[in-house]
Amino acid sequence: MSSVTGVSAVDESPSPGGRVPLAGDAAGTGRVGDRLFSGLATSAGLLVIALVTLIGVFLLWQAIPSLARNEASFLTSREWTVAGEHPRFGIVEMLWTTVACSLIAMAIAVPVGVGVALFITQYAPRWLSRPAASLVDLLAAVPSIVYGLWGVLTFRDAVRPVEELLQDKLGWFPLFATTGISGGTIFFIGIVLAIMVLPIVTALSREVFAQTPVAHKEGALALGATRWEMIRTAVLPFGRPGVISAAMLALGRALGETIAVTFIVSTLARGSDWSWSLFNGGETFASRIANNAAEFDSPQKTGAFIAAGLVLFVLTFIVNAIARVVIERRKAFSE
Amino acid sequence: MTTTDSRPGAAVQGTVSPGLGQPSRSRALRDQVARVVMWLAFLLAVIPLVWILYTVVSRGAHLLLESEWWTHSQRGITSRRAGGGAVHAIQGTLIQAAVTAMIAVPIAVMTAIYLVEYGRGKLAKTVSFMVDILTGIPSIVAALFIYAVWVTTFHFQRVGFAVSLALVLLMIPVVVRSTEEMLKLVPNELREASYALGVPKWKTIAKIVLPTAFSGIVTGILLGLARVMGETAPLLILGPYTKSIATNLFSGYMPTLPTMINQDRTELGQAAAVERMWATALTLILLVLVLNLAGRLVARFGSVKK
Repeated sequence: MSSVTGVSAVDESPSPGGRVPLAGDAAGTGRVGDRLFSGLATSAGLLVIALVTLIGVFLLWQAIPSLARNEASFLTSREWTVAGEHPRFGIVEMLWTTVACSLIAMAIAVPVGVGVALFITQYAPRWLSRPAASLVDLLAAVPSIVYGLWGVLTFRDAVRPVEELLQDKLGWFPLFATTGISGGTIFFIGIVLAIMVLPIVTALSREVFAQTPVAHKEGALALGATRWEMIRTAVLPFGRPGVISAAMLALGRALGETIAVTFIVSTLARGSDWSWSLFNGGETFASRIANNAAEFDSPQKTGAFIAAGLVLFVLTFIVNAIARVVIERRKAFSE
Repeated sequence: MTTTDSRPGAAVQGTVSPGLGQPSRSRALRDQVARVVMWLAFLLAVIPLVWILYTVVSRGAHLLLESEWWTHSQRGITSRRAGGGAVHAIQGTLIQAAVTAMIAVPIAVMTAIYLVEYGRGKLAKTVSFMVDILTGIPSIVAALFIYAVWVTTFHFQRVGFAVSLALVLLMIPVVVRSTEEMLKLVPNELREASYALGVPKWKTIAKIVLPTAFSGIVTGILLGLARVMGETAPLLILGPYTKSIATNLFSGYMPTLPTMINQDRTELGQAAAVERMWATALTLILLVLVLNLAGRLVARFGSVKK
């Protein structure tokens, strides 16, 4: 178990002894106890399926009435007026903010996380590798609300000069255009999210890298490869699907991160101009829902926020499903 | 003997092995650069950890050293005033976590048993897939779902129990995955020996497999608890804060550590509130860390012997 991250590469390793676990299928006797127990186990499994299905169905069911009354295009409008006779709301701004800061997080967390995993499995001296792994896992044990506090009260001041420098030098490029907002920018949220998902990337990649067959590694070294060449030719190709699925899981976590983003983000004033700049503020799906939790007083308003939550659910569903498919394919490949 | 070591430092044996010598300078350089980069990546990852812990400890530790922190609630204490404790929030967090575990653990362990011992074919694949999806569900979506069911559909109040229900959704996948892993580690010989003695399958699982994997399952539960305890999003939507001790899960507000932080965060101008906020954050980190450590200890001292 990759300890605190709650994710694991377990599915990728063949079962112990290379067998399908438990050939004792026929050991059930058909007695009352057996039928009861297998019934309980099966219904627990069915309950899990039902829960996920219910989440989708309930969110959709509660969102539809509001969506039907929405007078703006839900997918392309930037407005967010959910009360009154003529609600107009759309998600395009939240979608951009959510995706942009998650991608920044990925751009930082994946290379660094893979580097850390390589360090732990290939470079660290033996005495250091276990403590190093636990240390990085500790990052996952810090509750996200603490990341939010630390980000907004301490870390922000350290990143601000970097932001200013980037805006100053690269301001001609739309992504880095100056917006006058400093602090809770998409760029900054991306960095904080990167720190938060780093342990996920590291934990999974570490597990896969550690499974690289020794024969591959020794083969590379015996052919005269340096350690780095050995990693490039043996460890990385073997671990690639694991790294991809780790990145996907981390992306899912980043997309849905709520409280840290809510603390940090600079909410934009209503009606402000659209900007592609990463130094703009904005709201993610999760932060808008959390910020307006007090507004859930009429079904219509609630429905609008639930519709936003539904989009987030679909996004994370897709990302996680891709991660799953990648793992499955690797499993088929390595057996 | 003479040609085995091709790394820098090995003597070049020109006549014996014309092909094998030191790697060319650029290759050696690249190797060194890669080594430095990996070390840097690790150091880079440790910086925020140290920084966060330092910030929280240096600003919050002194409040935790006062006995009042562990014995009093915030009842009657305004944001300007210092004093009071976090006992109400600690209680709330622990109660909600306990209830969450009581609901989530049986479901999760039975699901894991299904996946390892019974599940075959399409249904098992679907269950496994759904557990993965559940792993990835953002806490805010879980909270919205419970809100849609609990408040909008059944018109109940926002109470502690609803928070626990949302946390159940987040805890189930963690416990399923770790339990599954532990059950797979139980040697098949144990099961076969039991079957051979004529013990029915369910008794084998209950009396042989589960006890063997027990410590691993406990570890998974503790780690799952550690994860849900720090969750804040469900609390924002389903569990309003109050300053007094409240232990009723089914009526009234229930204070927790994350919502206490959130409360004091709105008063950043007040020194007392800021201090309290960091102290609460430290309390929460400590709670999560203790659970994590306990989980690791159980794992180390009671792991399945192969």
